[in-house]
Amino acid sequence: MDSYIIESNKKKSRMPARLDFAQSGTGLILGLFMWVHMLLVGSIVLGPGAFNFVAKNMELAFLSDTGHGFPIAVFFAVLTIFTLFIVHALLGVRKFPISWKQHRILRDQMQMMNHTDTNLWYVQVVTGFIMFFAGSVHLYVMLTNPGNIDPYLSADRVVSSHMWPLYLVLLVCVELHASIGLYRLCMKWGWFAGKDAKKSREMLKKIKNRATVFFLALGALALLVFIVIGFNHRDKVGERYEKTGTVTQQGFDGSGARNADGIHE
Amino acid sequence: MSEQETMNEIKTVSAQETVTEPEAVSTQNTSAEPEKGNETERILKFQIFRYNPRKKGDKPRMVTYEITEAPGMTIFIALNEIREQQDPSIQFDFVCRAGICGSCAMVVNGSPTLACRTLTSKFPDGEIKLLPLPGFELIGDLSVNTGKFMRAMSERVESWIHDQDADKVNYDKLEERMDPDVAEQIYELERCVECGCCVSACATKRMRPDFLSAVGFIRLARYALDPRDKRSDEEFYEILGDDDGVFGCMTLLGCEDYCPKDLPHQTQIAYLRRKMLKVK
Ligand code: SF4
Ligand code: SF4
Ligand code: FES
Repeated sequence: MDSYIIESNKKKSRMPARLDFAQSGTGLILGLFMWVHMLLVGSIVLGPGAFNFVAKNMELAFLSDTGHGFPIAVFFAVLTIFTLFIVHALLGVRKFPISWKQHRILRDQMQMMNHTDTNLWYVQVVTGFIMFFAGSVHLYVMLTNPGNIDPYLSADRVVSSHMWPLYLVLLVCVELHASIGLYRLCMKWGWFAGKDAKKSREMLKKIKNRATVFFLALGALALLVFIVIGFNHRDKVGERYEKTGTVTQQGFDGSGARNADGIHE
Repeated sequence: MSEQETMNEIKTVSAQETVTEPEAVSTQNTSAEPEKGNETERILKFQIFRYNPRKKGDKPRMVTYEITEAPGMTIFIALNEIREQQDPSIQFDFVCRAGICGSCAMVVNGSPTLACRTLTSKFPDGEIKLLPLPGFELIGDLSVNTGKFMRAMSERVESWIHDQDADKVNYDKLEERMDPDVAEQIYELERCVECGCCVSACATKRMRPDFLSAVGFIRLARYALDPRDKRSDEEFYEILGDDDGVFGCMTLLGCEDYCPKDLPHQTQIAYLRRKMLKVK
């Protein structure tokens, strides 16, 4: 029997395929970026010196003689991420329950089944929605302060500019959204399925859970350290970190100065 | 109770049902006596969704029925007992009582599943809540019109082998052999019994009524795998390539987790998605 389709000469748009791929692609980049980002920010746990080292390297300080690097590199990196972020958000919004009725149906369904992967998707919807605002603020601040990623300046932002609630919200949202999203990506495209897809799914889910816990813990710790540093630094807001450690603090100064030593040579 | 007796019982009950007009709103509770002497027997409490859309003034409600659990009791046996002894007006579907026909799917304590394959002993507190499958047209009580949906789905995915040369078959020649692995894979997907659990378990389908659904994906994957079907990927794209098709699937995996036949939804949907992405 012939296909109806061959006869009717219509051709469906390839757009849905491209958009779906773009959503996955931007998600993949952003998700992996967030993991790396968390590891880099987490360097504050090792002390301001370590963080400074990371920040300077991100500004490509090793390429410049002055050791000041090129904050503009950070600017463009942030701009790229910001763009991906917006694109990903716009693509993601298409899948949101857009009407109250759809939302009701989704909630009913979730309540009826209590099915993990459906619930996880809802977590992504909610965190995605929050991040659209909170993430934009953070990205905007970074975009307008490219040269100001410095252990003390960052800590000042956290404490003295009262940004910590935003970072706390962002931390929870990002880590949940990213690890769930990366897990879903694997399911969606059949990556790492191996011979026994059901087993690999279990494995990937386990990895996902561990990643969430790990990055949440690291993030919480980093934020805590920033808060302590920012608190101790609240009288000297705006002062940068120096390799000698102009600001003396209990606990962080020692390691910071030690780590900083090697950098400003 | 032997299988034979069970079969007889179904026949009598269904015969009874055809002559029984649904009665006026019945909120009766229990008529079964709890047996005190036997500690192993317990009373099961069934909360059953009741609503007959064709009866004027009828309102959806949950009605509780209590029965005594029997060894090896399934929801199917329990429902028949309730219908036989307590309320002949209650509507639900069964044919094979062996997980083959796919007609008995319903939501059992939140999970879309086959009632004939669900043992009451699975529920330690003895409380069982039954709802009709959501996402389908309700016939009445626990009975939904999956047939209508499945037929539309079959037509939509053109669920037959497409081969323009099919009429020019040379009957003197042996049929081309199929790779046993491929045959195996196709057979695996053909195990679908069209019960509709995957459709009801899919939040995407609930939010987008025109979503093709996992059962449609499985069916298409079956033809995409079949070397006798000469449809090109472009042609499959015409069926699948939009947000009511594979690109609408949000990989919530309800289909994978609730398919009573354990069909490989996740891998097949991923397969179709990759295949459709490559279409130029
Ligand atoms: S794929 Fe599974 S759940 Fe869906 S209709 Fe077929 S047997 Fe039922
Ligand atoms: S993976 Fe999820 S969204 Fe896709 S068909 Fe299955 S249940 Fe529906
Ligand atoms: S009665 Fe046939 S599958 Fe349950």
